[in-house]
Amino acid sequence: MRYACLRVGRRYAFLELVMDYLYFPGCTLYTKAKNFDQTARNCSLLLGFELKELKNWTCCGATFPLATDNIMALLPPSRILATAREEGTVLTTLCAVCFNVIKRTNRLIQGDGEKRDKINNFIEKNYQGDLQILHYLEILKQDIGFPQLREKVKKPLEGLLAAPYYGCMLLRPFKEMGFDDKEKPTLFEEFLEALGAKAIEFPYKIECCGSFQSVGSPDVATECAYKILGSAIQNGAEAMVSTCPMCTFNIDHKQSDIKQKHLDFKPIPVFYFTQLLGIAMGLDYRTLGFEQNAVDPLPLLSEKGFL
Amino acid sequence: MKIELTRQKVHNEFTKKVELISGQNLFACYQCGNCTAGCPVAFAMEVGPHEVIRYTLLGLEEEALRVNTFWLCASCLQCTSRCPKGIDIARVMDALRMVVLRKKERKDAIQIPEFPEGFLEKLPQIAFISGFRKFLS
Ligand code: SF4
Ligand code: SF4
Ligand code: SF4
Ligand code: SF4
Repeated sequence: MRYACLRVGRRYAFLELVMDYLYFPGCTLYTKAKNFDQTARNCSLLLGFELKELKNWTCCGATFPLATDNIMALLPPSRILATAREEGTVLTTLCAVCFNVIKRTNRLIQGDGEKRDKINNFIEKNYQGDLQILHYLEILKQDIGFPQLREKVKKPLEGLLAAPYYGCMLLRPFKEMGFDDKEKPTLFEEFLEALGAKAIEFPYKIECCGSFQSVGSPDVATECAYKILGSAIQNGAEAMVSTCPMCTFNIDHKQSDIKQKHLDFKPIPVFYFTQLLGIAMGLDYRTLGFEQNAVDPLPLLSEKGFL
Repeated sequence: MKIELTRQKVHNEFTKKVELISGQNLFACYQCGNCTAGCPVAFAMEVGPHEVIRYTLLGLEEEALRVNTFWLCASCLQCTSRCPKGIDIARVMDALRMVVLRKKERKDAIQIPEFPEGFLEKLPQIAFISGFRKFLS
C-alpha cells in the first residue's frame, strides 16, 4: 500500500493512494499557472490518486495545427504521446489547450495511417494512438464519481455563486473531444454542485475568450473577455471558474484592461477549478496559490466564511 | 463593392491552394451566415468569415487576403461546430493565414520588437507560443 503525506488544515494527513495517472503538466502550469498544477496534485492525493508526471516532456505546441499539411506541428504532441505510452495507458492533463492538442493528435494518429507512419518515422517511435486521454474533470466524473466527491467534501462551498467557464478547447471539435454536449455542456456544473456551490447558467459559457488574440490583437481579446464576464455577472456570478491558463489570462489578468475601457466594470475573482476543489477538500487556503490570481479572491472567500 | 467575375478567376489556383491546405470543399458553402453569426470576434472583422469564404471561392485573392478577418480568427471552432454543411471554417481561416505567411516575402502578422515593454513577460507561455504559431512565418 502506498501513502502520501499532506498538510490538511492544521494537521498532516496520511493518505492512501489507490491509483496513478500519467500526467502531462504543460509549460504554463510550471510557471504562470503553478497554482493550477499544485492544487490539482494536492487534491488528487486527497482523492486517493497520484498524478505521475511524465518524464522528459516538452511543450505540446499550444495549438493543434489546422493546416492539413502541417505535419511538423504534430511532432511535439506525438512525441509526448509516444513516450507516455511507454510508461502507461492513460494520460491526463489539466490545461484545456494541452488537452485539446494532445487528444486531437492522438485521434489523428489512430485514424490516419499515412500521417501516423510519417510521424513515427520522424520521431523514431512506433506509436499507434492507443493511449486514453482524460481531462482531470473526466477523472473526477468517471473514476471518482461526483456523488463520491460530494461525500469527501469537508467544507461545502455553500452560497458561492460560481460561473463555470468552459471556453472552447474542452468541447470543440465535439466529435473528437467527446467531452460533453457541444452547445449545452453540464459536466462543469455538476462538479461545482458536488462541491456545494451554486453553478450559474450564462449564455457565454462556451464562448471563446479571444485566445491567442491577446498577442495579435489585445484589444479584441479584452472585448471578448468583457462580454463573457459581463454575461456571467449579469446572471448573478460572484466568481468565474476556469480550466485553462489562457482563458485565465484573458478573463482574470485582463480585468485591469477591461476596467480602463469600461469604467462601470466591477472585477470578480477567477478560480482554477482545482483551487475551489482544494478549499472544499479542506486544504489550507495559503497552499492554494491565490497570490498568482490577478483579482484577489480572498475577500470573497472570507466574506463567504470559507477561510 | 463591385466584383467582376471571370471564368478564369472562379475556383482558380488561389482557391485550390486554400482548399488543399484546409482540406475543405468551399463549393459546399451556401452562404447561410451561421459561421459569422456565432463568431465571437466578428464584431471586429472587416467582413465576416462567410464573405471571405465566398471571395476565396470566386478566386478573388486580393479581396480575400486584404481583410483582417482571418488574422482576427481565434481558432475557437464555434463556426466549425455550427456550419450546417460541415465545413471546417477555422481550417479555411488558418489556410488563408498560411497562404500569406508562406509567401517568399515572409511578412509576419506581428512584429515582436514592437511589443510594448513588459508585454511578453506578462503573457503566459501558452499565449505567445500559440500566437507565434499563428502570426509568424
Ligand atoms: S499548450 Fe501551453 S501549457 Fe500546454 S504545453 Fe503547450 S504551451 Fe504549454
Ligand atoms: S476560451 Fe480561449 S483560451 Fe480558453 S479554450 Fe477557448 S480559445 Fe482557448
Ligand atoms: S456556416 Fe457554413 S454554409 Fe453557412 S456560410 Fe458559413 S461556411 Fe457557409
Ligand atoms: S474559429 Fe475563427 S472564424 Fe470561427 S467562430 Fe472562431 S474566431 Fe470566428
